[in-house]
Amino acid sequence: MSRGEYLLRRLGLGLFVILGVLLVTFVLSRVVPGDPARLYLGPRASPTALEQVRQDFGLNDPLPKQFVGYVVKTLRGDLGYSFRTKRPILKDLRVRLPATMELVISATLLALVLGVPVGVLGAAKRGRAFDQISRITTIAGVSIPAFWWALLLQLLFFLTLHWLPLGGRVSQQVQLQHPIKLITGSYLIDAAVTGNWFAWRDAVLHMILPVFVLATYPISLAVRMTRASMVDTLSETYVTAARAAGLNEREILFRLALKNGIAPTLTVMGLVFAYSITGAVLVEIIFTWPGMGSYMADAILNKDIYVLFAVTLVVTIIYILINLAVDFIQAAIDPRIRIGREREA
Amino acid sequence: MAPVSLGRRMLGGFLGRLRPEPGSGVWYFRRDRVAMLSITVLVLMVLLAVFAPWLTPYPAQGRGTPNIATKLQSPSTAHPFGTDPLGRDVLARVLFGARTALIAGITIQVVSTLFGTVLGAVAGYFGGWVDEVIMRITDVFLAFPPLLLAMTIASVGEPGLGNSILAITMTWWPWYARLVRGQVMSVREREYVKAARGIGVNDLKIIFRHVLPNVMTPILVQSTLDLGAAILTVSALSFVGLGVPPPAPDWGAMVNEGRTYIQNGRWWVPTFPGLALFVTIMAFNLLGDGIQLAANPKARGVGAS
Amino acid sequence: MEPILQVQDLHVVFPTPRGDVRALSGVSFDIEKGQMYGIVGESGCGKTVTGRAILRLVTPPGKVTGGRVLFHGADLLLKSEDEMRQLRGRRISMVFQDPSAALNPLFTIGQQITGIMKRHGVAQGAALRERAIESLTALGLGEAEQLLCCYPHQLSGGMQQRVMIAMALCVEADLIIADEPTSCLDVTIQFQILDLLVKLQQERTVAIMLITHDLGVVAETCERVAVFYLGRIVERGGVRNLFHHTKHPYTQGLLAALPDPRNWGTTLKMIPGSVPSALELIAGCAFASRCEYVMDICRRVEPPLLPVGDDHLSACHLYAS
Repeated sequence: MSRGEYLLRRLGLGLFVILGVLLVTFVLSRVVPGDPARLYLGPRASPTALEQVRQDFGLNDPLPKQFVGYVVKTLRGDLGYSFRTKRPILKDLRVRLPATMELVISATLLALVLGVPVGVLGAAKRGRAFDQISRITTIAGVSIPAFWWALLLQLLFFLTLHWLPLGGRVSQQVQLQHPIKLITGSYLIDAAVTGNWFAWRDAVLHMILPVFVLATYPISLAVRMTRASMVDTLSETYVTAARAAGLNEREILFRLALKNGIAPTLTVMGLVFAYSITGAVLVEIIFTWPGMGSYMADAILNKDIYVLFAVTLVVTIIYILINLAVDFIQAAIDPRIRIGREREA
Repeated sequence: MAPVSLGRRMLGGFLGRLRPEPGSGVWYFRRDRVAMLSITVLVLMVLLAVFAPWLTPYPAQGRGTPNIATKLQSPSTAHPFGTDPLGRDVLARVLFGARTALIAGITIQVVSTLFGTVLGAVAGYFGGWVDEVIMRITDVFLAFPPLLLAMTIASVGEPGLGNSILAITMTWWPWYARLVRGQVMSVREREYVKAARGIGVNDLKIIFRHVLPNVMTPILVQSTLDLGAAILTVSALSFVGLGVPPPAPDWGAMVNEGRTYIQNGRWWVPTFPGLALFVTIMAFNLLGDGIQLAANPKARGVGAS
Repeated sequence: MEPILQVQDLHVVFPTPRGDVRALSGVSFDIEKGQMYGIVGESGCGKTVTGRAILRLVTPPGKVTGGRVLFHGADLLLKSEDEMRQLRGRRISMVFQDPSAALNPLFTIGQQITGIMKRHGVAQGAALRERAIESLTALGLGEAEQLLCCYPHQLSGGMQQRVMIAMALCVEADLIIADEPTSCLDVTIQFQILDLLVKLQQERTVAIMLITHDLGVVAETCERVAVFYLGRIVERGGVRNLFHHTKHPYTQGLLAALPDPRNWGTTLKMIPGSVPSALELIAGCAFASRCEYVMDICRRVEPPLLPVGDDHLSACHLYAS
């Protein structure tokens, strides 16, 4: 099938899954015990107020109609209201999402930039000391509970060494004296763009530990996947053929074999990006980072159920979109996926 | 191919592994010191969990009884891991926490593997629209990041271990359904299955006596290895407050209870439970890695001659 | 005139957990300039390893444990890796058995051919494309310009193999090691490729070491041949002589096993038994266990390669005079 057909098919599947995801969250939201109207207004609400809320939110309609309403509302961006902040969840997310994205994007980039070369070297030097050490280290990296790892590093770098701050995105001093003007929501970018270097340095210091903790799993995974894929690739005949043609090892490793071997790593990186958002929940709690993760954690504590649904929905959709993007990139790199028939001699 | 029972086949396989052929996968595995170490650690962990009440002088504290008099003592000979904010011996709590972890993890694995296997086998064997429907359902469930979905589902009901286990199981099963389906589909076209169909053997019987015994071994191995991930997820849920309510012992909850105390220098409260968690999960992952290396000669980096 | 390739007493060993596998036990032969030399034998007899060993590309953990490989008089086994890299693909090229596996699926044909030429400084800039098109056309590939933009999987097996040979020839090598170049192709295409190889070989005076299991191919195309069995050469010499006056039971067995249209309806003659495991240390002749003329001395003493005729050697006690 041609490239266009393939992409269309993937897109269709993605849309179907999104619909299914919406259905699941909808069903879950209706399974919640207790009266949503009461939950929203509190235990002392009057029956009239409750009925009004029910009307407003369409809670008296038959289920299929509610589902359609739900889908339409979601597409328009109406994700419901938070019981805790009493604000539309979408508004809360607008503030929280960039904070989390700052962490997650940095962590994923770090994983690719550090992880892939180390993985390639591991494949090239397999069996030797470098490889053995890297095996244990990367397994430790994917095994370590993020929340414990965060605590450990906090213990070391804040309590013992006093090198890095305990938590938050910026220190109080910066908040009061050098506030960052928000443009994109990312403190790093906004501070740099407005020339606020004092705040920028502060933001960087605050980011180091959370990003490092969050990046531990992705980096380890990237190393392992790249190494495994490269070992496979290096045993292929075309690599031996390249050697027989006199190409040197570095070129073979980083130009030829890598292009062939990077596909699984890229696919996994999409998965890892989503995992990182989940990991961010745990990491943000420890570092009191005001992102989606801690928003979710607060919601759990306060039984702010619609926030949970909304965050899960948003993250899942991001995840689906990223997987689609990864598919497309793979199709761009590997001609076999998109181009069709062979030519006869 | 005669329908040998699944149990008989696995026992034979196990006994055959005791004195392996040099160069075989099992032989490499036995020589892999790291893999052997991880098996030792896991066996040790199970033993510690099972015999916990007898291994500590403070079994009641392990279960949750507080003793405010001895609160927040740093590690000493009387309390090798120190005491927590309610005066309980942390070592005892960690030992009892192992029980919770194992019970929760095993339950999750058993239920999700069972459920996933049934659905996956049905989908793989019958194909057609049954397969499509089941696969679309797994697609949707697999689209969710497991931890988030589990947190959401667990929050819907009452907080508790049972609820957490249920929530995690619901996010876990699609993975096994996929695996089993793939295996079943590859076995379905084998001669002995076609022969059985030709004779007119009932479909269900075919699935359970012919198809499943041949595909289950790798699935069971995978499921056992995933126990580590299950334990991690349970503790993550406990860490955010879903899961066993205090005072029951749970590693994740212990880390959560103790995390504010490190600011005052009481580092031992969250550190030891977290360490137990880390060691357990790492042992599972090392084991899985060892198995993979032993089974796949290419991954070892040895070229074929 | 000195042969361009002289292999002398080459030993290659693959260590395994069960013991050492002796892939090559003392192999010696010479290839002259511009000669078509056949290396023939069953699977596992060491013929592929020979080709790899010459280029020092034996798959680890295998290694060369003894002997000399003289190329234009210089021992390749003593050269540094850098020096070998200069030689590979430039003076000695290799053509692989499965062209679909030997071409990188993610790069175009053009990229792969010009890559080799660039690496060895054979051409620059615009000339790269010209030479690539030339090489492809010389191999009988029409519309070479379009081919440059194609990916390997878009071509048929025969075309892929022609591309491989073009890649081996585009740098004007002295010696091409062709490892079963036609085994993966349809029978009709096989003949085309072989004819092409012979034609090119004569046009450019390139020596070709043709590794194959097909005696018919050797008889048709090669000038000289070495017959391998279990890592040793059992018979060696000019093709004509060797096939008409075979002087080793193994070679005789191979020839006798070929179906003869004149004897239609009779059972095929097989060589009894099977090839012994390469892990065993065999004292005496490797073929003793299956030879119908086996004598007591065959089991005790390994027969050396001795002359049994004009440009004809055999390792057999039967013919040792």
